[in-house]
Amino acid sequence: SPEFLGLGCVLCSSVEQKIYVVLNETVPCVRLLNATHQIGCQSSISGDTGVLHVLETESDLDWILSSGPHPPYMVIMETAFFNRSVMMRMKNSSRVAGVAVIISKTGLADNFSPHTTCPNQNTGVESYGSDLANCNGTVWNPLGNGLSYEDFSFPVFALKDENQTQVLRKCYEDHNQRVNGSAPQYPLCAMQLFSHMHAVTDTVTCMRRTDLQNRFSINPEVLCDPLSDFNVWTSTRPLNNSAKGHAADESVVIAATRLDGRSFFWEQAPAAEGTVSGIVTLLATIQALYPVTQEAPPPRNIFFSFFQGEAFDYIGSSKMVYDMEKNDFVIDMNNVHSMLEIGQVGLLSGRSLWMHSDPVSRQNKSVSEMMSRIQSAAAGLKLTVDHPSVSQPLPPSSFQRFLRARRIPGLVLADHNTSFTNRYYESMYDDAENLNVTYPPGLTPDEQLVYETDAAKSLAEVATLVARSLYLQAGGEENNLNNITADPKIVAQLLYGFLVQKNNSWFRSLLPPEVTKKGVNSILSPGPPQFYIGLGPRVHGPAHSVTRFVQYILANLTGTVTNLTESQCQNPSELSTENKDLFSYFWVSGPASVNGTREPFCVRASVRLSKAVSPAFELLEYGSRNYSTWTESRWKSIRARIFLVASRELEMLTLGVGVAVLLLSLLVTYFISSKAELLFSSARETPTTTY
Amino acid sequence: MTLAVFFGCAFIAFGPSFALFVFTIAKDPLRVIILIAGAFFWLLSLLLSSLVWFIAIKASNSQDLTLQRGLLIFGVFFSVLLQEVFRFAYYRLLRKATEGLAAISDDDGSAISVRQMAYVAGLGFGIMSGAFSMINILSDSLGPGTVGIFGDSQYYFITAALMTLALTLLHTFWGVVFFEGCEKSRWWVIAAVVSLHLLVAGLSLLNPLYEGSLPPVYVITLATGVWAFFSSGGSLHSLSALCTLCGFESRASRTMTEVPLSKTPNPQPLPGRRSMWLPTAPGVCSRQES
Repeated sequence: SPEFLGLGCVLCSSVEQKIYVVLNETVPCVRLLNATHQIGCQSSISGDTGVLHVLETESDLDWILSSGPHPPYMVIMETAFFNRSVMMRMKNSSRVAGVAVIISKTGLADNFSPHTTCPNQNTGVESYGSDLANCNGTVWNPLGNGLSYEDFSFPVFALKDENQTQVLRKCYEDHNQRVNGSAPQYPLCAMQLFSHMHAVTDTVTCMRRTDLQNRFSINPEVLCDPLSDFNVWTSTRPLNNSAKGHAADESVVIAATRLDGRSFFWEQAPAAEGTVSGIVTLLATIQALYPVTQEAPPPRNIFFSFFQGEAFDYIGSSKMVYDMEKNDFVIDMNNVHSMLEIGQVGLLSGRSLWMHSDPVSRQNKSVSEMMSRIQSAAAGLKLTVDHPSVSQPLPPSSFQRFLRARRIPGLVLADHNTSFTNRYYESMYDDAENLNVTYPPGLTPDEQLVYETDAAKSLAEVATLVARSLYLQAGGEENNLNNITADPKIVAQLLYGFLVQKNNSWFRSLLPPEVTKKGVNSILSPGPPQFYIGLGPRVHGPAHSVTRFVQYILANLTGTVTNLTESQCQNPSELSTENKDLFSYFWVSGPASVNGTREPFCVRASVRLSKAVSPAFELLEYGSRNYSTWTESRWKSIRARIFLVASRELEMLTLGVGVAVLLLSLLVTYFISSKAELLFSSARETPTTTY
Repeated sequence: MTLAVFFGCAFIAFGPSFALFVFTIAKDPLRVIILIAGAFFWLLSLLLSSLVWFIAIKASNSQDLTLQRGLLIFGVFFSVLLQEVFRFAYYRLLRKATEGLAAISDDDGSAISVRQMAYVAGLGFGIMSGAFSMINILSDSLGPGTVGIFGDSQYYFITAALMTLALTLLHTFWGVVFFEGCEKSRWWVIAAVVSLHLLVAGLSLLNPLYEGSLPPVYVITLATGVWAFFSSGGSLHSLSALCTLCGFESRASRTMTEVPLSKTPNPQPLPGRRSMWLPTAPGVCSRQES
């Protein structure tokens, strides 16, 4: 057809535009490395080309793997076929050049988790012994198929854009479709995927090669970067940030949750139930607790921490514990009284929460006291709190890293008794719908922002419970408990911002003006935020978008408004009334007035960021077994394009004709030039006079 | 479309010009100079005509497709006319050069005749024109894809190579005919060359209707080749003599005596009507002792 889906190339100014259709939105799977293995996907350096084939039925699978006459194939995989058995068969076949997975809800199975069955099994608390270690006792993620941790030698891309998938299908239907069971004829539609990764084998090798480059090369080329970003922490009583090591007279209750998630593909991690439920609950807890802790402060300080990088062997929490042990943090392990962690709490079945502890700590009296405090805090609420069987170990949680360093009493709150209730753990399908956050049709974005879904109300209940438990754990009075309630409206706004649309009016009012004003590439691009940790400050500039959101939301919830000017806000140490050691100062946009202008102001809050990079990279122990060693490979270009390929016969025919023309012309020219005098003899002008 | 297509199309498009260069031009430095200068003149004409077209494009509305097509046709025809103007200019330059060359050479005449200059100049134009038509397409043929996803014909590369081949040969023949016409002051020859060039350019605008453009262009090439042959001193008589000579050799027994390519002064004249070819013949078929 002369027009190709309306993309007809009418005034193409180059031949290249006639041949290739470049796909704009590419979502690749990249290579990650740890101390011993490489995982992820890799293409060859000049891309992998294959004839397109859509995998919709079992016969398509046979066609691709054995009977199709035009290998290698580039597989367009329908959602239902993206599982372990099919991908392993593709991995072992030499006829597959690459895979493009269609990401959609149609055809999605009942569960899909590409993570392992036993997350972070080698870097948790060690004291279990063989009958409980490695999930011998309880398998936390039984639905996990481990695809994210496999190493594929062909590129795997995700097709999220429906229009782009339609372009591919159209090309396939026009050229590659089988007619009456016979093979399709050339020219065939093909796709080429580029995702060549520079790092190989493992982190040790990659770092060694990078060091060699840095030492001996004029233009050193870094091959991989460690995963890193920032943890966010705050406390009810401000802590002096310049005084490191043991803080005198401070007994601290830590309330923690994780900030990150992951999926099979790069920078795609909606992580709704896995991460957002915890973040939103802890933020609402802080909002509920803060006023009361200022009016009627409990004896102990409450330290709130959001750990980044927990999906990759506890990067953030291991770094904080390491700093505490090295006396490089505002508090140390002697200051810690107890710890309460919020795990996955979004899918409460029957309104019951579970308090997870570990078998060794259960013998400790403080843990049972903590449990009874939580149960008494739940008394006035519609939630029931229970504890799983005594012999069950802790689920994967940051608390395990603290236990590894010292036996502090602590609990992990979760909505699951034994294995996860999250059927899409660490996958691209763990989104708003998985958390039952849906809005009635016809609402404007601003109405959706404040609409209280059932999930919002449920999480607000959990947050109230956590806030009251923390208050009791910190030694507060029981009669103040009724003043501690989480606001469902704040929870609804948080859920909307973290699950549906981060570019909303509330987030815009919290963030600094330079972020609000920026264009498409700012952290306020449309859509929900992605929770993959990324390479953070070393490579991509200031902190990850989610880290900054949490930081500024905390500033809004716990901070006080000051009347400093912008320059004073940047340099508050010049003023005697402000204390840079105890507080951070943020210049925020403020809400938009009716005619669209904003009046920025300065907020003072005791919110801090702390570096979240694995201690293995500070100690230069790249093969460490104790700390996370995850790095992400670097690459030059990741792109995809489709085009037609001609048959081998036509190519050889062209070459044959060319060689024949060349030989014939050589012969004829030799013949004619040798006979030139004979042929052009009549009435010629001879250059010589002899004759 | 991979390496096979790249080499195939390169050989098709540049095979004859390569052969002509190797066997007729490469050994004589003067011819090489004239060839390169001819190529440069063609380049100049292309530069000027593309400047005009570029200004026209930029000054016009880029959304109006019929206007753009019209401007393209105008650009093509203007370029043809400019090429012929530069061919004439090159003729004048070479004419002047002949006098200078004659002054500095040892013999009385110049080392190269106007006919030979005509052929070399035409080949220069042809090679440069072919290069500009084909190099861009050749580099795209190296990639894995072939033309066709937007509905174009998948024979794009081959037809482009064939068209380039025809155009190279045509430029060579036109060079010969044009210079001959200028020498003899036959202005209808020049008009014919210009109109033939315009016709071929117009036929190329018919693409992608390859059936409509390639066969007529090859017919024109053949006809122009014959015209150039006769115009540069060939005749039916010499053709038939060539055929009988070569036919003779295959039948009679032979003692091959290869004459080296350089001119041999005063070789033995042999009896018979063949003696008129021998004295200055470079590399004859084979000489018979009969």
